[in-house]
Amino acid sequence: MDFTVRRGECISLLGRNGAGRSTTLRAVMGLTGRRSGSIMLNGREVVGMAPHRIAQLGVGYCPEERGIYASLSCEENLQLPPQVGSGGLSLDEIYDMFPNLKERRNSQGTRLSGGEQQMLALARVLRTGARLLLLDEISEGLAPVIVQKLGEVIRQLKQRDYTIVLVEQNFRFAAPLADRMFVVEHGQIAAEIAQHELEQKLGYLQDMLGV
Amino acid sequence: MTDFFGIPLPALFGQLVLGLVNGCFYAVLSLGLAVIFGMLNIINFAHGALYMVGAMLAWMILEYLGLGYWWSLLLAPLAVGLVGIAIERLLLRRLYQLDHLYGLLLTFGLALMIEGLFRDLYGVAGLPYAIPDELSGAIGLGFMFLPKYRAWVIFASLAVCLGTWYLIEKTRLGAYLRAATENPKLTQAFGINVPLLVMLTYGFGVGLAGLAGVLAAPTSQVGALMGSNLIITVFAVVVIGGMGSILGSVLTGLGLGLVEGLTKVVYPEASATVVFIIMAGVLMVRPAGLFGREK
Repeated sequence: MDFTVRRGECISLLGRNGAGRSTTLRAVMGLTGRRSGSIMLNGREVVGMAPHRIAQLGVGYCPEERGIYASLSCEENLQLPPQVGSGGLSLDEIYDMFPNLKERRNSQGTRLSGGEQQMLALARVLRTGARLLLLDEISEGLAPVIVQKLGEVIRQLKQRDYTIVLVEQNFRFAAPLADRMFVVEHGQIAAEIAQHELEQKLGYLQDMLGV
Repeated sequence: MTDFFGIPLPALFGQLVLGLVNGCFYAVLSLGLAVIFGMLNIINFAHGALYMVGAMLAWMILEYLGLGYWWSLLLAPLAVGLVGIAIERLLLRRLYQLDHLYGLLLTFGLALMIEGLFRDLYGVAGLPYAIPDELSGAIGLGFMFLPKYRAWVIFASLAVCLGTWYLIEKTRLGAYLRAATENPKLTQAFGINVPLLVMLTYGFGVGLAGLAGVLAAPTSQVGALMGSNLIITVFAVVVIGGMGSILGSVLTGLGLGLVEGLTKVVYPEASATVVFIIMAGVLMVRPAGLFGREK
């Protein structure tokens, strides 16, 4: 698999379950054990690095299973990841963006609803100053109104010049947000589609993704 | 003289205080075991041996360096902690991918080696370690005489337990520890150096054992086997309290010490087995322990 993400760009890895999209993100973070090949981050090779060193280069990871800690309160969850760069959102900005989290800040992390947990998982990496966000299936299994909210947040982040990789199965969520889309199949990139090609390749995409 | 069901009160209180002192050792030791188990998923069988090393170091620091109790209280736990860090770095780290049983076997082997070493060097006869001058003597409480050193052990142990609880439950470092205990991979992916935390946790846990050893040194004779005598009971305490709960291990330790003390007065024949009888009972009703959560 070979692809490049430019600074300030939002790309999406689309594909069916088991195509290897989540594994790609996990490999970037160094969570897959032994890796081969090359992963460059701002011109630095990170393939041999430990996960915490990679994160410290300014990468924020939001895992598919959300990874909210049961042994930490909502606010402790939010405060957990250390700063990895400058210019992260402050706690107040995050609570402005997600008022629900402010209300639930003393609740145990896993007592939050699915939607709140997803907001928390996303908010958690926005506080750290990470400029590259790896977001795995953030719209999965959520009510439409929450998906819409997350879409707005992503749009705001794009305006602030974040670099974003969205792994998505929900094509309708990703399509309006991504500058480029990669279709992943059997661990390989089967197609690359730019935003302006979207309309003419819609048929192909629907075919590939089975939507 | 007043008495309680035919037992003179001073004797009763004396045994209860002694029980509480023992309970303090159980608490500090099982606390260390719980912290280590939570983070490393390793049942640290070397805990008793490292407790003994703490006590022996106190004796050696006095004998060879001429430094007294208070220096030992600082230096011996630090030294034991460093030994722990070396053990984690060189040995335990290689076992995390394997079944729990390997960690148990390795630490058990280490315990045998450490005890064997001290047995070889100093024999099995106990060596005396005097109570420091400041803490010798007793305080008259009216209904009983409370030896100052016992009061100090209770105070110091409770302070250590409370401090550890605060560190883990209320501080940022503690939040890292709880997070790394729950989901180490993700925690590392947030930029937290989890392998370092694991190393320091093991060092801290066995450092607690070393500290308990120094506290115990003046209460009994110091010897190569003092750890293995105690650690079986401590493991029973851990089973009763439930693995991985900090407050649970402290409360269980103190409670069982008291029960043991009380049994010594009421029915001395059972005092050595009462903890195990309770363990059997608890296991029948709550297999995960009093404070443990079933997985």
